Amino acid sequence: MDQFTINLLFVGASFALYIGIAIWARAGSTSEFYAAGRGVHPVTNGMATAADWMSAASFISMAGLIAFTGYDNSSFLMGWTGGYVLLALLLAPYLRKFGKFTVSEFIGDRFYSPTARVVAVICLIVASTTYVIGQMTGVGVAFGRFLEVSNTTGLLIGACVVFAYAVFGGMKGVTYTQVAQYVVLIMAYTIPAIFISLQLTGNPVPALGLFGDHAASGTPLLTTLDQIVSELGFNEYTAHHADTFNMVLFTLSLMIGTAGLPHVIMRFFTVPKVADARWSAGWALVFIALLYLTAPAVGAMARLNITELMWPNGTSGDPVSVEMIEDEAQYDWMATWQKTGLLGWEDKNGDGKIAYFNEKDADTVAKMEAAGWGSENELTKFNRDILVLANPEIANLPSWVIGLVAAGGLAAALSTAAGLLLAISSAVSHDLIKGSINPNISEKGELLSARIAMAVAIAVATWLGLNPPGFAAQTVALAFGLAAASIFPALMMGIFTKVNNKGAVAGMLAGLGITLLYIFLHKGWFFVPGTNSFTDADPLLGTIKSTSFGAVGAMVNFCVAFTVSKFSAPIPKEIEELVESVRVPRGAGEAVDH
Amino acid sequence: MTDHTSQDAKAAEKSDQGYWAANVRIILVSLVIWAVVSFGFGILLRPMLSGISVGGTDLGFWFAQQGSIIVFLGLIFFYAWRMNKLDREYGVEEE
Repeated sequence: MDQFTINLLFVGASFALYIGIAIWARAGSTSEFYAAGRGVHPVTNGMATAADWMSAASFISMAGLIAFTGYDNSSFLMGWTGGYVLLALLLAPYLRKFGKFTVSEFIGDRFYSPTARVVAVICLIVASTTYVIGQMTGVGVAFGRFLEVSNTTGLLIGACVVFAYAVFGGMKGVTYTQVAQYVVLIMAYTIPAIFISLQLTGNPVPALGLFGDHAASGTPLLTTLDQIVSELGFNEYTAHHADTFNMVLFTLSLMIGTAGLPHVIMRFFTVPKVADARWSAGWALVFIALLYLTAPAVGAMARLNITELMWPNGTSGDPVSVEMIEDEAQYDWMATWQKTGLLGWEDKNGDGKIAYFNEKDADTVAKMEAAGWGSENELTKFNRDILVLANPEIANLPSWVIGLVAAGGLAAALSTAAGLLLAISSAVSHDLIKGSINPNISEKGELLSARIAMAVAIAVATWLGLNPPGFAAQTVALAFGLAAASIFPALMMGIFTKVNNKGAVAGMLAGLGITLLYIFLHKGWFFVPGTNSFTDADPLLGTIKSTSFGAVGAMVNFCVAFTVSKFSAPIPKEIEELVESVRVPRGAGEAVDH
Repeated sequence: MTDHTSQDAKAAEKSDQGYWAANVRIILVSLVIWAVVSFGFGILLRPMLSGISVGGTDLGFWFAQQGSIIVFLGLIFFYAWRMNKLDREYGVEEE
């Protein structure tokens, strides 16, 4: 059986499983559609949250970004896990006690203002749609590779699958499906990592192998890697090169954003008790950490493998020749990935060799010219988003592992896209239409409008996903910045302070507005390429990149909200009582729908 | 009778405030640890920790790529355990 058939088999079987579960647990009522009737155990909920959370950004994109940058991209690791601490300590138990279905319901009730609710809905839609764009980028890469078509065709096929999938069921179908997806994705991520860790370090635990010794050379793996990449003119893997201030802000944005994303917060509405909401966040992080502790090992080991494949005789020997790439089985992955247009090489000086090095480093260029390999890097394109999917092929692992990774990457992208589409559709149908525009809408009408909202969201995300503002994880980071600047401060002030309605509305609008403006100035208006006035290499304010601006936006939100609140009427008595009651678990009942 | 209930209500309110103050204290301590391991050891204090080597690199790198995640896990489970205990101490747990 060839690889293509094996991939299709794995992807097909995993899809049949998810769809089977979705049909079996099909949502009947609106309350099941949104919150699964609250019958979900904390461990199950944690696993589903993990699947929901770990998207194409975590699975497909993150290790690639770490592999080619090293320490400086540790922000992704700390940011996307550290946010769970904020979620568990500052939000989850209180939102569960409040006992409604959606984030915007909380904001609308706590700030006793339909305007606040509508503003919250807008913030949710903007952040979630940006997030889906990032997912679609990953979906395009995955489908492009496994169907062996171009990235664009892959993206269009992927969009149809995501839509069909998300429309089938609500949260209930999704919760159990996501447990299955978690199992598939974590196996797909860790099994190849275990193989590779054994090959390189002899240690079956990748997280330990990363800090172990490189079996072939006997020196520590990271020392070997530092040495080999610096010989080619790249930055040392473990060293700190990025701007420290921007790195701190970026990490903080990702953390705050994690605690402000609707599809994650919604999960904590589905546990039976307040105490369970606290445990649930912990369980979610356990399941997430399994991947996040493996990811840095995947990145470092893949970087070492790729460099060694490009320099089979060591960095002072001959680089890989064109014939080797064409003929030898261990270079087959290069030809298959070339078809997606995401990997490219070119023998620029016609010496029959492909020399891979940092052509921006003058010393290395001089060294390469002296050795006769030319002055230009000949591995011309290596899209970061392909690294994890190509990893088992690069390491020459058995074909069933490659098929499994295919299924895992799609599970990651699909589960998150479905969760986000659900959040968007509930925001539109439940909060916007039923909550503000037409309170008398029938249950059927509500479900219909939910599905229309899904279709519109996915169409927009696909269209923008054709020309994404960055690699999957970078686009997703923008979504986190938007959530950090708008939703998180409003929720936190709602629980911990007595900020009033006007303060909250002004804060959310200011936070969202300024962050969106900063992002559009750097990434193009509405992410349309070419309409940007600045770039992240030379940002508007000091060293603050657009991906890091969420933390600044959150500060703006807090400051504006406190100032406006101070100069307007204090909150009424019944809202003060609501705040007091949210703070204690006693009396948390079933959630109610208005 | 009415006096009695209002006294009860007052006592409950007072205990709720004590509960909330204790909760906020636990949150603050946890968040200090949260910030020290990630922003501190992982980024800002890394140069100071560079003398301590861990598997081919230094302690700061380990905290940035693994250590902080492990501490985060510990923090969340500690908080859940501590708060569930606090709920019972103040008698504010769910039925």
